[in-house]
Amino acid sequence: MAPREPVLDTSPVVSDEIRKTTCYMCACRCGINVHLKDGKVAYIEGNRDHPVNKGVLCAKGSSGIMQVNAPSRLRAPMKRTGPRGSGEFQEIGWDEALEIATGWLEPLRKSSPEKLAFFTGRDQSQSFTSFWAQNFGTPNYAAHGGFCSVNMATAGIYTMGGAFWEFGQPDWDRTKLFMIFGVAEDHDSNPIKMGLGKLKGNGGKVIGVNPIRSGYNAIADEWVGITPGTDGLFILSLVHVLLKTGKVDLTYLSRFTNAPCLLNEDPTSPEHGLLLRDADGKTLVIDRTTGKPTPFDAKGVRPDLAAQCELDGYTHRTVFQHMAERYLSDDYRPEAVADRCGVSAGRIRAIAAEVARVAFEEAFELDRSWTDFRGERHEKMTGRPVSFHAMRGISAHSNGFQTCRALHVLQIILGTVEVPGGFRFKPPYPKPVEAHPTPHCHSKPDCPLDGPHLGFVRGPEDLALNEDGSPARIDKAFTWENPMSAHGLMHMVISNAHAGDPYKIDTLFLYMANMAWNSSMNTRGVMDMLTDKDENGDYVIPKIIYSDAYSSEMVAYADLILPDATYLERHDCISLLDRPICEADAAADAIRWPVIEPDRDVRGFQSVLVDLGSRLGLPGFVNEDGSAKYEDYADYIVNHQRRPGVGPLAGFRGDGTKSGRGEINPDQLDRYIENGGFFIEHVPEEASFYKPWNEAYQNWAVKLGFYDKPQPYLFQLYVEPLRRFQLAAEGHGERQPPEHLRAQIKDKMDPFPIWYPPLEDAFADEKDYPVHALTQRPMAMYHSWGSQNAWLRQIHGHNPLYVSSKIWTENGFQDGDWAKVTSIHGEITVPVAHMVALNENTVWTWNAIGKRKGAWALEETAPETTKGFLLNHLIHELLPPKGDGLRWSNSDPITGQAAWFDLRVKVEKADRQAESQPMFKGQRSPVDPGPEIVRQKVRS
Amino acid sequence: MTQLPDQTDKKLGLVIDLDTCVGCHACVIACKGWNTENYGAPLSDIDAYGGDPQGSFLNRVHSFEVQPCEGAAQTVHFPKSCLHCEDAPCVTVCPTGASYKRSEDGIVLVNEDACIGCGLCAWACPYGARELDQAAGVMKKCTLCVDRIYNENLPEEDQVPACVRTCPSGARHFGDFSDPDSNVSRLVAERGGMDLMPEQGTRPVNKYLPPRPKDKMRDLEPTATELTSVTEGPKGFLGWLDKALEAI
Amino acid sequence: MHPAPSVIVFTVLSGLGFGYLAFLGLGLPTVTGWSAFFCFALGYAMAIGGLVASTFHLGNPQRALKAFSQWQTSWLSREAWLSVGALVFMGLYGFCAVFLGKLIAPLGLIGAALSVATVFATAMIYTQLATIPRWNHWLTPLHLVSLSLAGGAVLALQWRAAFMLLVIAGVVQILHWVLGDRRFAERGHTIETATGLGDIGKVRMFEPPHTGTNYLLKEMVYVVGRKHAQKLRVIAFIGMIVLPVAIVLITPASPYSAGAAILCFLVGTFASRWLFFAEAEHVVGLYYGKRTERSQASNAS
Ligand SMILES: Nc1nc2c(c(=O)[nH]1)N[C@H]1C(S)=C(S)[C@@H](COP(=O)(O)OP(=O)(O)OC[C@H]3O[C@@H](n4cnc5c(=O)[nH]c(N)nc54)[C@H](O)[C@@H]3O)O[C@H]1N2
Ligand SMILES: Nc1nc2c(c(=O)[nH]1)N[C@H]1C(S)=C(S)[C@@H](COP(=O)(O)OP(=O)(O)OC[C@H]3O[C@@H](n4cnc5c(=O)[nH]c(N)nc54)[C@H](O)[C@@H]3O)O[C@H]1N2
Ligand code: SF4
Ligand code: SF4
Ligand code: SF4
Ligand code: SF4
Ligand code: SF4
Ligand SMILES: [Mo]
Repeated sequence: MAPREPVLDTSPVVSDEIRKTTCYMCACRCGINVHLKDGKVAYIEGNRDHPVNKGVLCAKGSSGIMQVNAPSRLRAPMKRTGPRGSGEFQEIGWDEALEIATGWLEPLRKSSPEKLAFFTGRDQSQSFTSFWAQNFGTPNYAAHGGFCSVNMATAGIYTMGGAFWEFGQPDWDRTKLFMIFGVAEDHDSNPIKMGLGKLKGNGGKVIGVNPIRSGYNAIADEWVGITPGTDGLFILSLVHVLLKTGKVDLTYLSRFTNAPCLLNEDPTSPEHGLLLRDADGKTLVIDRTTGKPTPFDAKGVRPDLAAQCELDGYTHRTVFQHMAERYLSDDYRPEAVADRCGVSAGRIRAIAAEVARVAFEEAFELDRSWTDFRGERHEKMTGRPVSFHAMRGISAHSNGFQTCRALHVLQIILGTVEVPGGFRFKPPYPKPVEAHPTPHCHSKPDCPLDGPHLGFVRGPEDLALNEDGSPARIDKAFTWENPMSAHGLMHMVISNAHAGDPYKIDTLFLYMANMAWNSSMNTRGVMDMLTDKDENGDYVIPKIIYSDAYSSEMVAYADLILPDATYLERHDCISLLDRPICEADAAADAIRWPVIEPDRDVRGFQSVLVDLGSRLGLPGFVNEDGSAKYEDYADYIVNHQRRPGVGPLAGFRGDGTKSGRGEINPDQLDRYIENGGFFIEHVPEEASFYKPWNEAYQNWAVKLGFYDKPQPYLFQLYVEPLRRFQLAAEGHGERQPPEHLRAQIKDKMDPFPIWYPPLEDAFADEKDYPVHALTQRPMAMYHSWGSQNAWLRQIHGHNPLYVSSKIWTENGFQDGDWAKVTSIHGEITVPVAHMVALNENTVWTWNAIGKRKGAWALEETAPETTKGFLLNHLIHELLPPKGDGLRWSNSDPITGQAAWFDLRVKVEKADRQAESQPMFKGQRSPVDPGPEIVRQKVRS
Repeated sequence: MTQLPDQTDKKLGLVIDLDTCVGCHACVIACKGWNTENYGAPLSDIDAYGGDPQGSFLNRVHSFEVQPCEGAAQTVHFPKSCLHCEDAPCVTVCPTGASYKRSEDGIVLVNEDACIGCGLCAWACPYGARELDQAAGVMKKCTLCVDRIYNENLPEEDQVPACVRTCPSGARHFGDFSDPDSNVSRLVAERGGMDLMPEQGTRPVNKYLPPRPKDKMRDLEPTATELTSVTEGPKGFLGWLDKALEAI
Repeated sequence: MHPAPSVIVFTVLSGLGFGYLAFLGLGLPTVTGWSAFFCFALGYAMAIGGLVASTFHLGNPQRALKAFSQWQTSWLSREAWLSVGALVFMGLYGFCAVFLGKLIAPLGLIGAALSVATVFATAMIYTQLATIPRWNHWLTPLHLVSLSLAGGAVLALQWRAAFMLLVIAGVVQILHWVLGDRRFAERGHTIETATGLGDIGKVRMFEPPHTGTNYLLKEMVYVVGRKHAQKLRVIAFIGMIVLPVAIVLITPASPYSAGAAILCFLVGTFASRWLFFAEAEHVVGLYYGKRTERSQASNAS
């Protein structure tokens, strides 16, 4: 009997309409197709045409529908009615909210603009928010990069004009060996996964260096379960082996890096350690043909790596010789570093040999001719199919800057940067330090700041210091404590403001940063600082304005809430002026636009800033007659120009056909929407590699407006600005560091990459605190705000502390057990679980799963609050007192990057608990609880 | 209906590459998103924002650790949905005929209008591929996106399951196993595609590609030929450098 | 498996009811008139009560009639038919006995056979499941049928049969436990075969696919403590076998002694049936890392 089967409709109508915009659940910014039914979001999928994700979408992106429908969405502006932290608010109208804000900000601007600290967290519109802050006139502006990965960014820019992540990517199509350090997920989430899939499909191999073997490391062919904080040593040992065996790309080094540049090596010279330059400031090399000092970019020059010369009585030798001397030292022998790194000497050698084998023996050529900046024509492009990638695992340590530098130096000596098969920059990168601004900090009442807040210091003269040498910025960025803090130090703002050090502020204005919770080190301390009162009973930080879209922990600590629209309800601009979405082969930017209308009294924050800007009469936001220059953010996106012809969006300018530079096009946003929400312009084939030195690329970059004239440059194996700080510390120059910082600057700001133990090691005795404690990003959760998503929270509803087999056995742990975890800063008691594929001295947990009761419209019994926890309670923004009367920052001494992963702990078995500790009193929820049952369906 | 077809015209199914899956759960959520809006009752979530959230999913990603005799332990992320078995016990136990295997393409489906929610088919499935929806009281399972793969309202390239379309690392492949030249058949042949719990005799259509061998790099002694030093010569590194530069 | 009360009540009560009806159908005892009315009413109450209870665990009981459609392959469907058949034949037989005072033996015999077959079909629903090795064994139908008949015999005051059937049921129960404890391991289902990763090495679960629970975990990954289980086994065996046997041996057959015996029997059977489910390990637990320790533990014991 043939079975009768039901007749199915296999071609149901998918939706009434597709609207294409950009995902917001992380900084990857994939293109999405939003399917609407009855005007409601019915289904979200990846946009196949989009340069970032080419159709794929991660778990967060696919569950955007639950984000947009989350019960935790704030509904209207609010002013605080209860004490800070209580969560008691009254909803108000926008007029009142904006009047309050103007009432607070206007007097500050007129008298002392620095009393406004405006920090914007996980901001995707920094070129706009910084523009606003600059026009307000406060020096106190930054986004979250300082606690995130500024080490990676800065080390990359100073070394080679760009870093990993949004700055560049491996040549996934051609790379054969890919080595990935300290990455759980990264910002480039989908592209990395797509790349790994592609690489594996091509038969490539992956080496994962990570104390934890999950995610990308799980699929790595080789896993190096390194001891946290020791990557720098491991990398420099690889460099040692490569130099020792002569496996370096001398052609590349001599042509494209400062390896042949001449270094003053006379300790008696005031220029000791600086590069020899000509009258135009160009670094000099010895030409092998003429034997004469010649500017590095002279036509036809053949830079000599082995040169030595006397000039003005001082000896100069090439950077390369100094470097070889340094790293050929026995200190970097595999045997010398193996124990410390937890990697055997034989394995270090094997990896070095394999990297060298692939780079040199699997080298290949592309039949593409190109012309270099010296005017020399090359018929082929030589490929070295080895690529590297790294992120916070090496960056979020107090030795992170130098470790990131070491990794860049490693890839450079192999000649694998900007070559086929290697690591490639994404436009508008590469960009040398010289193409970046220096920091500006001079504020005057009623006046814009003298220039952009953030930048790249070239030497002590660029520090953000007042005449008296005191810090000009509230976060003490660009001071002797952390001279190269290119992204500011958001993690120091609240504690400095609370301490009134370097000065008191009046209003703390935060956007999109959960500072009262997962974003802060020392969470409890920050909560206390935000609620602390002075002798008059006033809050020590007098006023707090905050913009969030959801009922986060931070909301409870603000006095005024400006509720944001969610990502499908507002305009946004992912700009080339900012952190764009480009690919190695293309420049691209994108927008978000309101694909649905908000059903609440909320407004896009950027539009609110535009409004505030005109209410405050900020130049840049008002016309000469004082009228508002822009109606809202959409208007700004289209009509604002940074430089003539260069605006927030590069696509469809002028009559709609111009890219990069061009007049304002009033229809620009419509053109973006028609094009799927993005714009892309491909790099010409001839320009696609060797970008820093490639004439065709440089010209293309100028055409698109990345910079105004070609600026080829050399990779900096030796970073001279670092040396300038050392010189100051040695007593040279006018700007002198305070005595207590001299030694630190001399030791740590080495112009060649060095390794030193994470700073916390000096306080946490290895015997008392033998265990490293780390966090990882779960791929299916975005920081704190995935938990309000009914789908995602089922995947990560709580977070056990994963402990290694060694620790599991030592403590006699069993499933369901709890542990007390103690650091020099604090103590937590949390559930444990066993993981075998883990460095034996390491424990870890998923980041930011723990929630405070009352937040995110979750019930108080939610596992996120009862069993979930934050490791942040064990971390502190300062190191413990060491008896010198000073509190040293728990950060990288060069960039100020928060050293999240320096944490050392001890782990002891504890009684089983009802709730994880510490537990905080709940906050009142300003929004209604969610429904008991969700049946997400618009229409069948 | 609960009789299995003697044979199916096509054998549609998935190949899941355990060597490439990074455990991102993208496929889990894309599946939830598509299937809650489409085939049958929405996939409900009970106690969605409370202390014990519990929803229906058709695809879930497990994570395992494997300890080889020698060397480091390995982590394997392991997605699992219905395997559309050829000898599907879930179908034959069904008292109502709601569960069936399509003779056209071998997809195992639940006709929700006929399902009484007895749960027996879920008991019969060795793989945990069926979940009874707590709100609708009907059995839910992977539909192989039967409403996508033939959907003429979708562009041809999108006529693949939602999980396959979304998988960022390309670890999921969809195709016809009855065609030995199909992408999936070739992958299975090349990479040794395997069955889960073959001893259950279910003859799954979906296949898993095992992780490739890992940690095969051998430690090198300092004396290894790959590591011949260039700095040992009479003039040391500089001597080597001079010579090497001549050659460029 | 989750020991759902509805399913426990269903299998125990309808098992007992059909066992009793089977005896009535065989004319053991021969009853007519009012006494027949009470006997049949009791049998029907239990059989139907059990069947009704079984619908409580359905997601959509209003469609229960559809469950008759798949008798060709589905034991649940067959059970549905058989139970209706049994109830119809026993109903006719009972009708004649109560109202006509006539015992039409062929009707009774068919009814009895269908009653036993119903219990057998119920048992086969569990037995057929290769996914639950403990059940997937010829002892399972023997177990359920022997208990059904033993209980029926007690109710039917068939002391001799009751004694024999109780002893058989006791032996079967012990075998079911003892063999059942080994069954999972014997079948060779391991986390390695479940994942196919055994060629690489020893497999353990690292992270479940979700931190909370789900239908599968609640329904199929029920875990019962060993000590707790042992205690319940003792209670079950004493209540279900030892005490009824003692009563049957010591006291003469009477409604009172049968009542006492059946109460013990029910307590024991409920405990046994609870364990029948609670101890049944579904292979899906392997994917949740839940079966390894247990199967090893039972290997070791
Ligand atoms: N232990 C530990 N702690 C860490 C880290 C770690 O590795 N380990 N990592 C650190 C790093 S790198 C980072 S970047 C931080 C991240 O920490 P946060 O910057 O605090 O990140 P989120 O949790 O994303 O919080 C951002 C806030 O933005 C709000 N938000 C979301 N969408 C919108 C919107 O559309 N508009 C507005 N106005 N608000 C919105 C959210 O509700 C939330 O309150 O965490 C840091 N904390
Ligand atoms: N899904 C998701 N994606 C995100 C985010 C998110 O919250 N969720 N957040 C975004 C943000 S703000 C950021 S900053 C990025 C960060 O992305 P990642 O750089 O991937 O950051 P983490 O998740 O903190 O992972 C750090 C990794 O470094 C490893 N590690 C720690 N210490 C060491 C060490 O000393 N050596 C080595 N080799 N490894 C080490 C840890 O084991 C971990 O795997 O992710 C972004 N993308
Ligand atoms: S990686 Fe995921 S969350 Fe991030 S933008 Fe892309 S889809 Fe959205
Ligand atoms: S989407 Fe792909 S990589 Fe991610 S869990 Fe699913 S199969 Fe694995
Ligand atoms: S995997 Fe399970 S549900 Fe799917 S066909 Fe096989 S037995 Fe049936
Ligand atoms: S739950 Fe539905 S599909 Fe499954 S066996 Fe019962 S009736 Fe059939
Ligand atoms: S094929 Fe469709 S229904 Fe099946 S797991 Fe994939 S997305 Fe879900
Ligand atoms: Mo970050």
